[in-house]
Amino acid sequence: MDFGQFISYIASGTVYTVGVTLIALPSGLLIGTILALLYVYGGKAAARVMNLYSTVFRGIPPLVLLFILFFAVTRGINLSAFWAGSLSLGIVSSAYQMEIVRGALLSVSGDQLMAARAIGMSRLQSIRYVVLPQAVRLAIPPWSNEAAIVIKDSSLVYALGVPEILRRAQLIGASSQRYLLAYLSAAVIYFLLVFGTTRLLAVLEKKLTIPSNP
Amino acid sequence: MPEPILTIKNLTKKYGENVIFQHLDLTVNEGDTIVIIGPSGTGKSTLLRCINLLTRPDEGQIWLDDMEITAKDCDEDQVRQHIGMVFQNFLLFNHLTALGNVKLGLSKVKKMSDEAATEKAMHELARVGLADRADHYPGQLSGGQQQRVGIARALAMDPRIMLFDEPTSALDPELIGEVLEVMRQLALDGMTMLVVTHEMGFAREVADRIVFMEKGYIVEEGSPDEMFNHPKFPRTREFLWKITELYGKKETDTN
Repeated sequence: MDFGQFISYIASGTVYTVGVTLIALPSGLLIGTILALLYVYGGKAAARVMNLYSTVFRGIPPLVLLFILFFAVTRGINLSAFWAGSLSLGIVSSAYQMEIVRGALLSVSGDQLMAARAIGMSRLQSIRYVVLPQAVRLAIPPWSNEAAIVIKDSSLVYALGVPEILRRAQLIGASSQRYLLAYLSAAVIYFLLVFGTTRLLAVLEKKLTIPSNP
Repeated sequence: MPEPILTIKNLTKKYGENVIFQHLDLTVNEGDTIVIIGPSGTGKSTLLRCINLLTRPDEGQIWLDDMEITAKDCDEDQVRQHIGMVFQNFLLFNHLTALGNVKLGLSKVKKMSDEAATEKAMHELARVGLADRADHYPGQLSGGQQQRVGIARALAMDPRIMLFDEPTSALDPELIGEVLEVMRQLALDGMTMLVVTHEMGFAREVADRIVFMEKGYIVEEGSPDEMFNHPKFPRTREFLWKITELYGKKETDTN
């Protein structure tokens, strides 16, 4: 096997890595945002429930949750390793993303909401058109960090046998006995994925910056 | 006979044991400019917030025209559309341009088409002299310009009455004049206004009535001439003197 084949075998796992990330990150964002809105605007009872959710899922290692979902919960349901892995990572990430969005919502001054109400907008409209657009901008830097974490954590699904980058590196390393090269290749691919994503988000952040005089 | 637009009866607001104001009565007639003055902490701002229901009064009633807005079944969002509010610290929506700020209520509350909303918003911006700043964000505007956008935003909803909560208190002295000028023009155009301010020059010149509030009560109210020249209570005279002395220097700058 030549070097090109060696690398492309590992690199073809990128499809799974990206796939897991593209399921885990957006589902975490969707759930996290909804829960954050409930946390901040849903009253005391909702806040307590959300706090519990956040505490529990941030307190369990993603790998453990992954095994629970795959081996225990999916006994009755036919859930593939790929989906079980993606969804568990999404759930863990939703807890972190909830905290990110919550922090951003709280950073937008309550006066903004009051000013929106004062022109006759409902509470829901005020949140949607005044608070959320400002919160999104505040959330991008910490969210970029979370995106990097999810990309890297996607490697955990290797434990369920999903043929993503790390799994492939492990397999080809074993068969060729060139472990160092295999894992170094995996490291480079992960790094490029994380680097590209964070750069992209940095561009987005800059693009969304509200103009102001120095 | 002028028609009352706003009628306040027996209004009381408390925070726990702390009484902000009590048994307050006030009537604002169509086209009137009423200036409320008084030491800080006497409930002037809270009164304005009660009027547009941002804060709920504990007792008493408020009528906007013939509608009791303090009634339980009253739709607050509906009421606030008809009451314009201008805040001390402007509170423009930071993520929107001047045009976007003025347009938002038109698009989302009045459900106007984008084209109609833009046209109306531009008209209001022109009214406060800021048509050429339409695409500027709040962070790119001076305080005086921001406050004028704030006024345009409130005006765009075609309110029955405008409430001003110390609209110039957060401004540098040289920026106060432009905001007062816009307010003066509004009063001339016949807008009904309730203004909390320390700008005695504005009060003396523009107000139809001055209301002096202290410690949660209306001490005295009357025309500028009555209040400045023949106040009934020594406390009114004392306060007006003090304020005029403090803010008098600005008057010459702004007029």
